[in-house]
Amino acid sequence: MSDRARVIGWAILATLLLALPLYVTSGRWIDFIELTLFVAVMGQGWNILGGYGGQYSFGHALFFGTAAYLQALLQFRYGLSPWIAMWFALAGSILVASFVGYLSFRYGLRGSYFALITLAFAEAFHVLARSFISITEGGRGVQLALNQDPERAVATFQFNFADDFLKAYGFYYTMVAIMALAYAATWWMERSRFGAQLVAVRENEDAAQALGIDAFRVKMGAICLSAAIMALAGIYYVQKFLFIDPGIAYGPSKSVEALFAPIIGGLGTVLGPLVGALFIQGVGEIAKEFIGMFWQDRPGVDLILFGIVLVLVLGFLPRGLVGLIEDAWRRLVPRAGGDA
Amino acid sequence: MEFLGIEIPLYSWSTVIGSAISGVFLGAIYALVALGLTLIYGVLHIINFAHGSLLMLAMYAVFFLWHLFGIDPYLAMLIVVPGGFLFGYGLQRSVIGKASHGRDEIVLLVTLGVAIVIENAALFLFTANERSVQVPYDLDGIDLGVTFVVWPEIAALAGSLLITLALWSFMTRTDTGKAIRAVAKERQGARLVGINVEHIFAVSFGIGTACVAAAASLLAPTYAVNPQFGYLFVLIAFTIVVLGGMGSFVGALVGGFIIGITEQLGRLFLGESLGLITISVIFILILLFRPTGLFGQKV
Amino acid sequence: MTKKIQKLSRRQFVAAAAAGTAMASGALGFPSITRAASTVKLGVVHPVTGFLQFSGTQCRFGALMAIEEINAAGGIESLGGAKLEVVLGDAQSKAEVGAAEVEKFNEAGVSAIVGAYASGICLATTQAAAKYGIPHVVDVGVNDKIVGRGLENTFRFGPGFGNITKAGTDGLIAINNAAGNPTKTVVIVHENTTPFGSYMAGLMKKGLEPAGFEVMDVLPHPTPNKDFRNIALKIKELNPDLVIPSHYYNEGVLFLRTLQRQRVVPKAIYSVLGGASSQYRFLTEFPDAAQYVLDCNHWFDPRNQKAQALRQKTEAAGKSFSYEVFLAYTAVRFAADAMERAGSADRGKIIEAMAASTWSDHFMPYGETRMVNGQNQGALPMVLQVQGKEIEVVHPPRFKTSSAVFPRPA
Repeated sequence: MSDRARVIGWAILATLLLALPLYVTSGRWIDFIELTLFVAVMGQGWNILGGYGGQYSFGHALFFGTAAYLQALLQFRYGLSPWIAMWFALAGSILVASFVGYLSFRYGLRGSYFALITLAFAEAFHVLARSFISITEGGRGVQLALNQDPERAVATFQFNFADDFLKAYGFYYTMVAIMALAYAATWWMERSRFGAQLVAVRENEDAAQALGIDAFRVKMGAICLSAAIMALAGIYYVQKFLFIDPGIAYGPSKSVEALFAPIIGGLGTVLGPLVGALFIQGVGEIAKEFIGMFWQDRPGVDLILFGIVLVLVLGFLPRGLVGLIEDAWRRLVPRAGGDA
Repeated sequence: MEFLGIEIPLYSWSTVIGSAISGVFLGAIYALVALGLTLIYGVLHIINFAHGSLLMLAMYAVFFLWHLFGIDPYLAMLIVVPGGFLFGYGLQRSVIGKASHGRDEIVLLVTLGVAIVIENAALFLFTANERSVQVPYDLDGIDLGVTFVVWPEIAALAGSLLITLALWSFMTRTDTGKAIRAVAKERQGARLVGINVEHIFAVSFGIGTACVAAAASLLAPTYAVNPQFGYLFVLIAFTIVVLGGMGSFVGALVGGFIIGITEQLGRLFLGESLGLITISVIFILILLFRPTGLFGQKV
Repeated sequence: MTKKIQKLSRRQFVAAAAAGTAMASGALGFPSITRAASTVKLGVVHPVTGFLQFSGTQCRFGALMAIEEINAAGGIESLGGAKLEVVLGDAQSKAEVGAAEVEKFNEAGVSAIVGAYASGICLATTQAAAKYGIPHVVDVGVNDKIVGRGLENTFRFGPGFGNITKAGTDGLIAINNAAGNPTKTVVIVHENTTPFGSYMAGLMKKGLEPAGFEVMDVLPHPTPNKDFRNIALKIKELNPDLVIPSHYYNEGVLFLRTLQRQRVVPKAIYSVLGGASSQYRFLTEFPDAAQYVLDCNHWFDPRNQKAQALRQKTEAAGKSFSYEVFLAYTAVRFAADAMERAGSADRGKIIEAMAASTWSDHFMPYGETRMVNGQNQGALPMVLQVQGKEIEVVHPPRFKTSSAVFPRPA
C-alpha cells in the first residue's frame, strides 16, 4: 500500500471520527467508540515499545497508573487545575519510564527478562500505592469532587454535567484528540530516522550496535514516548471516572489491555492497535449479545472466546489483522513493480 | 522506630523466630509451585503464564474428588498427578507448541491467552463460589513453642523436599530425564541424535503440570479455591524460578525458602501490605545483577 | 464464528437479526423498536466476572429472584400489571465497564437501575446514570461518598460506612457493658486494598477510644491475602482482649482458621463487616473456627417469615444466603415499590417516589424508609454471633434472637 493511499485512508478515518455527532447520537455507541479509542491509544503506547521496539512489556500499567495518580492527587490535595496537573502527570510518567528503562537497558535485559522486570516494577508500585496511605490514600482511592455546574465544565475538565453538546461528546472529542496526538506521533516516528533505528534494534540489536546505532538511547526514547502515550490515557481516565485506586492504576488489567490490541491488530504498524481495539471491543459486544441469548446467567463465556482468539491470532496471524488486510489489499490492487 | 516515615515495630524474638519458621513452610509451598515452572522454563525456555491457572484447575480436581467421592486430598495425588501430566502434555503438544512457532515472546503471550481461557472456563463451569476441602487432621500438629505447625503444613514441607529429590533423580538416572536435559542444553543437537524434540517438550510440560497438581493436593487442606486462585502464586513463582536459576530444582527449592522467609520477615516489620515489596525488590535485583539465578548455568 | 451462525436455528437467527437491527437503529438514535408495551425495564449491573465475581453473581441472583417474585405476584399493579423486564449488565469488576453498561441501559430505555455491589463501580455507574436522570438504587456499596455527592438520582437502601461503624461501636460497647466490661485492649485487623477496610479501621478507632477501649495496634493486610501467620503471631504477642477484623470472605475464613491453628484465643473476636463469620457456608464448613465469633454486618429481620422463605429458596437453589443476595433483593423491591407509588415508568417520577418513599413492607431491620440525600436513614447493620449451628442476632435488643456469649467460654 503506497503512502499516498495510507494518507487518504487516515484522512477518511479522521473525518469519520470528527464528524461522528452527525450520524451517531446514541450514548451507548458513543461510549463504545470512546472505549475502543481508549484501548487503541493504550495499545499504541505499548506498540511503540513492543511493536516497533521489540521490547515486550508486561507492566505497562505502571505508566498509566503513575499519570493517573498524579493527575488525581494534584487536584485532590492541592486543588490544582486539571489542565495544569496533566503536565505533571505526563512528566511523572516519563520520569518513571526513564528510571525503569535506564535500569533495564543499562543491564541489558531483553526478551522474557525485560517482560518480567516490567511486571515486577508494576507490582512494586501497586504495593507502594496501597501502603503509603498518607501519599496515595491507599486502598481508599482518590475520589475527585464531582462538578455539576455547566459553567465550570471546561475549567474542571468534567463534562458529565455540562451543556448538551459537551455532555454527549465532550469526552469523546477528548479521546479523539488524544488519539490524534498519539497516532500522529507514531506516524511521524515510523518515518523518522529514530523509527528506523528503533526497528533496526528490534531486528538485531547487536548488529545495529555494530552499525553505530546507540541502542540504549533509542530504546530509552521508545520507552519514554510509550509512557507519554499511556499517560494521556491515564489522564483521560481520571477526568472521566473521577476515581482511582491502586488496583485500577497498577493492576494487571490495564497492562493486559494495552498489549492485546497491537498484538491482534498488528505489531509495528500505526493502524494495528486501532484495528486490534476495534476487533476486541467488537467481538466482545457480539459475544455478549449472542451469548447473552443462550446463557443469560453464566458469565465468562465472552472472555473464553477472547482467549481463544488471542491464541489463534498469535498462532496463525503473526502480522495480526493488519497483515491480513495488507495481504488482501495486495491481491485486490495489483501494482506493477510491487509496493512499499 | 521510624524509617522513611514508616513505623518499624520491634517484636519479641519469639515472634520473629515464629515468623521465620512460618516463612520456611510458606517457602515450601512456593517451591512446590515453582518446581514445575522451572522445569518448563529450563527446557522450553518459556515463562508459563498459564501455570497459575493450571494450579487452580488441579485444585478444583482435588476438591471435586473429595466432594463427590470422599477421596482424601493426599490420596487424590495418585489421580491428579498423572492426570496433570496428561493434560500438560496435551496442552503443549496441541496448543502451545503449535501456536508459538518457538519464539520466546510469542510463547509468553500464548500462555497468557491459555490462562485466560482456563480461568474463564473455570468460572463458567464451577462458578465463582470458593470451594474448601475439610479434613479432620486440619488442626493437629506440633507445638514448637514459638509457633504451632499443623500436619498439612508439615506435609507440604516434606512434599517439596521429596518432589525435588524425585525430580532430580528422574533427571539424572532415567533415559527420558537425560533426553530432557539434552534438549534443554542443545535443542538442535538433540534433534540430530534422533531425540523427538516435540515429544520431549510435551513431556517436560507434562511433568511441570504434574508437579503443580501435586502442589494442589498439598495446598488443598489449607486454601479455598476459586477461579482467580492462580494469581496469588504466579508472580512469586516467576520470582523464584529466576532467583533459583532456570531449570534448577535445587534452585527452586532454595529460592522458595529464601523468598518465603524474606517475605514473612518483611511483612512482619513493614506490615503485611508493604512487606510484599520484598518480593518485587528481590525480583528486580536478581534480574539486573544475576539473571541466571543462584544455581543456574551461565548460558 | 461463522460455524456457530450456520448452526443457529431459523428462529434464533431471526431473533439475532432483530437484536442486530435494534442495535443499529439504537446507534442512529432511534428509540428501541423491540420494546414491548406492558413491561417496565430494570437495569441490573454487577461485577459477575473478574475478581469480584462471587459477590457480583450473588447480587445478581438476589435481584433476579426479586424480579421473578414481583412478576409472579402480578407485576406493577399501578401500571396495569406491567411486568418487570430485566436488562442484565456485567461490570467485569471494572468501573469503566460498569459505566458503559449504564449507557446500554439508557439505550434500552430502563426506568431504573439496581447495582453494582462494589463502591468503586457504584461511583461510576451512579454518575453515568445521573447524566440521563435514571434512578439508581445502590445495593451494597458502603462508601459514604456514593450518596454524598449530591446526585439526585442515587439512592442507597442499606447502610454506609458511617452507619455501620457507629452501629458496630455502639454494639460492642453495649455488649461489653452487659458482660461487666471484661474487654479493654483491642487489635484491629483490616484489609487495605479496597475502600472499605481502610475506612472501617479508621472510624472504629475513633469510635472506640473515647469509649474507654485501648487500641493496641492496627494491622492492615492486602486483598487477596494468602497468609495470616504473621498477624496471628503479632496478636499472640500483643495479647489483646479483643480482636476486630474487617475484610472479605476468603480472608475472613483464612484468618479465623489461622487463629485456630495457632491456638490464639482472644477473649472475643468482634468483626465489623468481617466477611466470614456471618456466612452460613463458613459455619457449615468450619464450625469450630466460627464458634462465638461476633460480626456486625448486614442482616435481615430473623422473625420475618418472608426472609426465612427467601433463605430456603436460595439454599434450595444451591446458593448460600449471603448478604449480597438479600441486599440486592431488597434493593429491587424498593425500586418496584417506588414504581408502584409513582404509577409511572417515567424516570423523573420514580426518582421523586424514591425520595419520598416510606416503604416498610420489607424484611430488613430498617423500619420505615426515610431518604435524606439518597441515604435511607433507618438503615443499620446488626450484631450477629455464631452459636452452635446457627447465626443468632445478639444486638440490637429489639431484634435479638439470643444473648451474646461474651467473652467466649474458656
